[in-house]
Amino acid sequence: MIDLKINGETKSVEVEKGTPLLWVLRDNLNLTGTKFGCGIGHCGACTVLMNGHATKSCTTSVEQAASFDIVTIEGLSQDSSHPVQLAWIEEDVPQCGYCQSGQILAAVALLNDKSHPTDEEINQSMTNVCRCGTYQRIRKAIHRVARERGGQ
Amino acid sequence: MPDLTRRGFIRASITATGGMMLGFHLPLSANSDAADPAAEINAWLTIGADDSITIRVAQAEMGQGVFTALPMIVAEELEADWRNVRAEFADANRSIRENRVYQRMSTGGSYAIRGSRSYLQQAGAEARERLIKAAAEMWLVGPEECYADYGRIHHKNSGRSTNYGAVASAAAMVSVANVRIKKPEQFNLLGLPTKRLDVPAKVNGSAVFGIDVRIPDMVYAAVAHCPVLGGEVRSLLFNAVRNRPGIIRSVRLKHSVAIVAEHFWQAKTAIDAMPVQWKLGPAAKTYSGSIKSEFVDTLKLDGAVIYSQGDVVVAMDEAEKSFKSDYVAPYLAHACMEPLNCTVHVQADRVDIWTGVQDPESALRVASQLTGIPPVNVYVHNCFLGGGFGRRSNMDFVEEAVLIAMEVGRPVQMIWTREEDMRSGRYRPMSAMRFKAGFDLDKHLVAYTNHSVTHSLAADRGQAEDMNKLDNASVEGLVDMPYRVANKEISHTAKNTHLTSWWWRSVGHSQNAFAMECFVDEMASASDMDPIAFRRKHLAGNTALLNVLDVVERESGWGKKKFPQGTAQGIAIHESFGTICAQVAEVTVSDQGDLKVNRIVCAIDCGNLVNPLSAEMQVESGIVFGLTAALYGKLTVENGVILEDNFDTYRMVTMAEMPVIETHFALSGGEKWGGLGEPATPPVAPAVCNALYRITGRRIRILPIKDYLLRRA
Repeated sequence: MIDLKINGETKSVEVEKGTPLLWVLRDNLNLTGTKFGCGIGHCGACTVLMNGHATKSCTTSVEQAASFDIVTIEGLSQDSSHPVQLAWIEEDVPQCGYCQSGQILAAVALLNDKSHPTDEEINQSMTNVCRCGTYQRIRKAIHRVARERGGQ
Repeated sequence: MPDLTRRGFIRASITATGGMMLGFHLPLSANSDAADPAAEINAWLTIGADDSITIRVAQAEMGQGVFTALPMIVAEELEADWRNVRAEFADANRSIRENRVYQRMSTGGSYAIRGSRSYLQQAGAEARERLIKAAAEMWLVGPEECYADYGRIHHKNSGRSTNYGAVASAAAMVSVANVRIKKPEQFNLLGLPTKRLDVPAKVNGSAVFGIDVRIPDMVYAAVAHCPVLGGEVRSLLFNAVRNRPGIIRSVRLKHSVAIVAEHFWQAKTAIDAMPVQWKLGPAAKTYSGSIKSEFVDTLKLDGAVIYSQGDVVVAMDEAEKSFKSDYVAPYLAHACMEPLNCTVHVQADRVDIWTGVQDPESALRVASQLTGIPPVNVYVHNCFLGGGFGRRSNMDFVEEAVLIAMEVGRPVQMIWTREEDMRSGRYRPMSAMRFKAGFDLDKHLVAYTNHSVTHSLAADRGQAEDMNKLDNASVEGLVDMPYRVANKEISHTAKNTHLTSWWWRSVGHSQNAFAMECFVDEMASASDMDPIAFRRKHLAGNTALLNVLDVVERESGWGKKKFPQGTAQGIAIHESFGTICAQVAEVTVSDQGDLKVNRIVCAIDCGNLVNPLSAEMQVESGIVFGLTAALYGKLTVENGVILEDNFDTYRMVTMAEMPVIETHFALSGGEKWGGLGEPATPPVAPAVCNALYRITGRRIRILPIKDYLLRRA
């Protein structure tokens, strides 16, 4: 049994050692908002927050994840009211939508780190793949969050 | 003016933040509505006592926005209050049972709106007239004295009115005839930028894709296919892994093996560890180099002439100057973000399938054929598609999942890993193309020939004899090339390999526009003409294309902008799926030879728009898809095996490489309703390559661009 701190709750799971966090979330805990895309930590569809940092859950073993506070898309807000989610709606970002949980969490981590990221900083940290090509709208949505939080 | 006011009101209400969040109906099961007391007015829509309107969508939602645009078409005629509208997927099983009540359920060819608009309008109008008739009967007045407006029925003389919900049950029982649909100038909703109904569920993880389906007692299957396409299983050693935790059984199929386990990771690690022997077959001797040589060598032979005009042999002989160029476009994978997957439960008397497919009726028929269970007892619960691009209209993965589930007796979710997905075939066809042009003394184009050698989609879909039958998709955009020239000849040869092909976003246009529009640029250079001026001259009289060309020229600042050294613009224009699309790419090559596509200005004429918002999103999407292919797209074959099997080797455009995209709709209106899912893809590659020529002085004739060492001229 391994205890995981997910979305503010402690969950006990019984899985084989080395099982990626991704599959524990999806198959054991039924948190299917976190997506399988590549399995090699490249595309970012499986991104979750671990202690606030964007982390690829497909290449993070359940043991590695055990000591962190994990936030998945389901735990980002109760009612889709997180500023990044609202900006995603305002800027009409999703198309097929499959990569967007990961994109949103990557953006949350970036905006935690930098309150008003530049285009170059967005380029550096937003490396998630979107096959529908929603990047232009993702960029606008991130700038919108920064603008609406004010200050500089 | 009242119409304008109302239009303004609707616009404000549908763009309010989160306004549609409650209106979303999760597509999980076609039977999930069983307890819903809403009245079914006709097969396309139900109305609840609370005025909620559920409109059924018979096409797959793979990002292109049909989950919103198609309900808009129904709601327009229904005179519905859009805030009350929600959407759900239509049931393929019902369509089979009820004489194809949902008509065309397959999604592809940029055809969702083009193909279903008129019968969706009819369905909405029919429901509207039923509601009017039901209200009129309640008031004991004639239906001609009543009208519907914004979710209410009004009686003109008395001023009485009622909401839709109050008469919905009665409306379901009446019949109406001779229903009229609205004229375009009467539209209130169509043409307004409208928030997508599926977006709220796609920002909180609740949207259900095929891979997210969870059925009681469900188990998982991981699959390994023969690494060489067409190869077969020789043997497997299940004993080596059967005692691992969670393992249930193995399944041996002709070309693949599967391991079924309680959890996917258990199945996946077991199949990686299980020794499997393959009969690789003769294709194990093939390489990309040899495949390419075969295609290019075939260019030297005569193809079958499929179009000819004038006397091209004489004209080419008498030409003052002539030249030829060969182009090559590679096989490409679709690489949908959601790896192919399918969940199946086979029981004694019924089959249930949960997946995301572009053609649920085909999935239903495949399952029926394999199990022997009649189609009326097969249920396809279609989910959101994590990308389709054509790939999810091939039923190979559904077939495999059904075969596995038949052995298991419990619901099985089969997931292909990214590697299995990428190596599974069904690629964009490879093609080699030879062009030749002849010019007279005054540098006028007088002769043009084109021979294409292309992997035949038709042959892969049907019989071997189809190799001798023209595959129209192979030559679309080539045979109907719009440029005027007195003498021309278009010929074609089909050439297939052990790789299998399938429709890939924009199909034949994807490679044909690249080669043809690059060669048009070469012809412009040979005529000493500006690329747009050359196109305009040879498109004389084609007002539709010229209009789009004018818009892209104006909006891009073509010929007027001053660029620093190493930066230039390139142009391409192409018509596909009933839509004309022109793009100007603004490209920079650095001192170090690094390429950056800075900006793409796109002008597009699809005639009319249903939802300008999702239309613009489709243009952006199509451009990024085409740009990824142009810059990076390539599959390498070594010993018959595809080497690019994940995103580390099959590279995608990401945020850092994303150009600014500017979309300008150049709408010609009238009866034209062109497609939008695909037409923005073909022009990207030639626009970028033509810009690169102006920077480097070199023509790019073999994709992808990443294989070239770029140097400023």
